[in-house]
Amino acid sequence: MSVLLALCVMAGLALLLGAVLGFAAIRFRVEDDPLVDKIDAILPQTQCAQCGYPGCRPYATAIANDEADINQCPPGGDDGIRQLADLLGREFKPLNAENGVEKPKSVAVIDENVCIGCTLCIQACPVDAIVGAAKHMHTVIASECTGCELCIAPCPVDCIDMAPLGETPASWKWRYPLALLKVVQ
Amino acid sequence: MDFSHYLLVLVGAALVNNVVLTRILGLCPFMGVSRKLEASIGMALATAFVLTLASGSSWLIDQLLIAWQVEFLRTLAFIVVIAAIVQFTEMFIHAASPVLYQALGIYLPLITTNCAVLGVPLINAQARHGFAESLVFGFGSALGFSLILILFAAIRERLEGADIPDAFKGAPIAFVTAGLMSLAFMGFAGLVR
Repeated sequence: MSVLLALCVMAGLALLLGAVLGFAAIRFRVEDDPLVDKIDAILPQTQCAQCGYPGCRPYATAIANDEADINQCPPGGDDGIRQLADLLGREFKPLNAENGVEKPKSVAVIDENVCIGCTLCIQACPVDAIVGAAKHMHTVIASECTGCELCIAPCPVDCIDMAPLGETPASWKWRYPLALLKVVQ
Repeated sequence: MDFSHYLLVLVGAALVNNVVLTRILGLCPFMGVSRKLEASIGMALATAFVLTLASGSSWLIDQLLIAWQVEFLRTLAFIVVIAAIVQFTEMFIHAASPVLYQALGIYLPLITTNCAVLGVPLINAQARHGFAESLVFGFGSALGFSLILILFAAIRERLEGADIPDAFKGAPIAFVTAGLMSLAFMGFAGLVR
């Protein structure tokens, strides 16, 4: 008898709490667009603005709203465009040349002997990867740098270079299609 | 059952019988989320909220269980209720305050597995606390938990930069510190009976 009662109590409790949670899920539903998050996750987060939008998130929003095409992200390259095409169920198209060309992933390096400490590159950096103060030498935090190249143009003494990262076991990824499929005529 | 009684329960739960250092409950977040001060403050806030709420609602459920003479379901029922409360809290905060939701982030769902949140209602039930007493005890425990978590995170941030022998770096020195804190809190023993 006690076992039956115990079962009833637990079942009742579960039912009650389930109903409360179900009600809460409807009552407190939050309208956010999961598509933007998914697109944003594919984008390389360089915040380089080569796509014509101020950063990766705005570009993701634009793609989700059908305001931008999927082939405007040079750092993401063909790989990124393929992933976006898969996600959105569209055809792959090559990178739009107006937005730039795909380059190997690299980080900015400041030639510290030449740096005059003007802070212009610090202001240009979208991810705050450059440290330094006025009239003091600046340097790049390599692990934070996304390789967006936005700091190169403002530098008055041209002391910033891009150093390719190369491929390490940590950064190596499977290449998308290992063998291209032949189109049957 | 006057005001001073509740004050004693509060102080007793927060300092004298501190959940973490004296009862040794809730050690996972204590060791796991104390590496950064900011994260620990978020965790402390979220846990404090859920712990207080869980104490109150567990008391209600416990009255039901006692009425139907199925007290042996206590642990099971409390776990279900706590999990539901955490879920409900998460949904409510997500809707009510996205900023707070962002700040608490991953810590909110993690509270479900915090043994202090289950332990405090069980202690309440064992000690046959009334509803108000349960709430005060839960809130006191939450205060104690928050205090210890934030203190410990602050100490650990300082330990990061300290000159420690290699063998003690990381977790070992943290456990040594936790032990010393526990010893220090023994100073409160006997303050409240």
